[in-house]
Amino acid sequence: MKTWLARQRYLVDFTLAAALRRKGRNAMLLGVYALMIFILASVIFFGSALRREAAAALQGAPEVTVQNLVMGRHALAPPQWLDKLRHMRGARHVQGRLWGYFYDKATGANYTVMTPPADKPDYALKPGETIIGASIKRLRDGRNLGWLMLLSPSGKLFKLKIKRTLPETSELMSADLVLMARADFLRFFSLPEGAGFTDISMQVRNRNEVAKIVEKISRLLPTARVITRADILRTYENVFSWREGIVLAMLSAALVAFAIFAFDKASGLSAGERREIGILKALGWETSDILAMKFWEGALISLAAFIIGVAGAYAHVFFFDAGVLAPVLKGWSVLYPRIHLTPSVDRLQLVTLAFITIIPFTAATLVPIWKAAITDPDVVMR
Amino acid sequence: MRKSTLVLALLATGLGALALEAGHGLVRAGRDGPAISRMAKMSADLGLTDIALFSEARFVRHLSQADLFSPFQDAPMSFEHFPTGSLASPPRRFGPTGGFASTIGKEGGS
Repeated sequence: MKTWLARQRYLVDFTLAAALRRKGRNAMLLGVYALMIFILASVIFFGSALRREAAAALQGAPEVTVQNLVMGRHALAPPQWLDKLRHMRGARHVQGRLWGYFYDKATGANYTVMTPPADKPDYALKPGETIIGASIKRLRDGRNLGWLMLLSPSGKLFKLKIKRTLPETSELMSADLVLMARADFLRFFSLPEGAGFTDISMQVRNRNEVAKIVEKISRLLPTARVITRADILRTYENVFSWREGIVLAMLSAALVAFAIFAFDKASGLSAGERREIGILKALGWETSDILAMKFWEGALISLAAFIIGVAGAYAHVFFFDAGVLAPVLKGWSVLYPRIHLTPSVDRLQLVTLAFITIIPFTAATLVPIWKAAITDPDVVMR
Repeated sequence: MRKSTLVLALLATGLGALALEAGHGLVRAGRDGPAISRMAKMSADLGLTDIALFSEARFVRHLSQADLFSPFQDAPMSFEHFPTGSLASPPRRFGPTGGFASTIGKEGGS
């Protein structure tokens, strides 16, 4: 075993000396290879952490949300629906929700304006008070004056006292939230008392009965559109997969270019390399020695690129909040949550990445060498 | 020093850095656990249905609540105005293969 290890170390020494003779070529290969792995690993880390955090946060989403559709468009749900749904067997915590969108002309940002549920003392608000998301606080009350001025859609100025700001750690869910009392909400959007609700949320006593409850609601309220928590979770699972896919699709051209570049570098033997192999064989090297030497060359480059790429991607996503990828997600949003993702690494994806990068490259270096190594040294050297 | 010693030492340092990052991940996961639970509780208390990652248009702010036609209200095949809208996936059931056309009558086109 000791002899074998010593032999491998001499082979590594020889390989490194040979690689240093082609410094520029190998450094460029290592750089491009590491950059490719860095980008792929960043997408994997970012998607996996975001998916995990969103799934945890959405576990608390309403089990069933009921919307009213009028002429195929979302309309306010009539107050009578509340009573009908409350009498349904198996339904509990049936609540009418009031929420809407507000475009703030002053900043060009969109807010989600909402009334907190009446039975949650943590979010109790008196008229004239508001609780806002941390991103809005930064955007509108950077000087900490404690007031939020809004020009309502009907042109009236609303001055709301900021009671508190929602925690920065929950920005993923609350960045653009403006909570206000029900009376303020109705005045802000010029809604009459008894206009109804944006939608109705409810919990289901027995989770196995969700499908049955949905069926009952569809029968009881034919114009209703019912969205379950499972639908919500599925939507986000789809979105993240799709976005990761889009990023990867955009990268695919670069990936193909890299594959061609790497394959060309790894598999194409220069005349110099052929000569080198011929001389080694003439000096008495076995084919297996030459293969082992080339194996080390491929393995060292791909392992180094993998380590640099993955370590860099982790630092990029979890220490520097994915500065390179974030613009893809931001789109044109003015308000964007500052999220510090909790590391969550999908081991299977990482192992797959290792397999699809290290093994093909190492294999690509071996095939042409094997071809050259089994040829007569005299022919190779000519 | 032999070149192999130097390179193997560098690779070992790299693997050590990866191990440190894995350790960091575990520590952060433990430390951030309560904050994630608080966020889940807040979502449950307020009945939040969507994440606030994209706020540029209403159908991307509440992806799970938006109706099907909002992203394509100008024309069914129009190019999406907002970049995020282009990046959001169509609903799984959309299109003839997804069974959308067969359920439209039953579920009010949802």
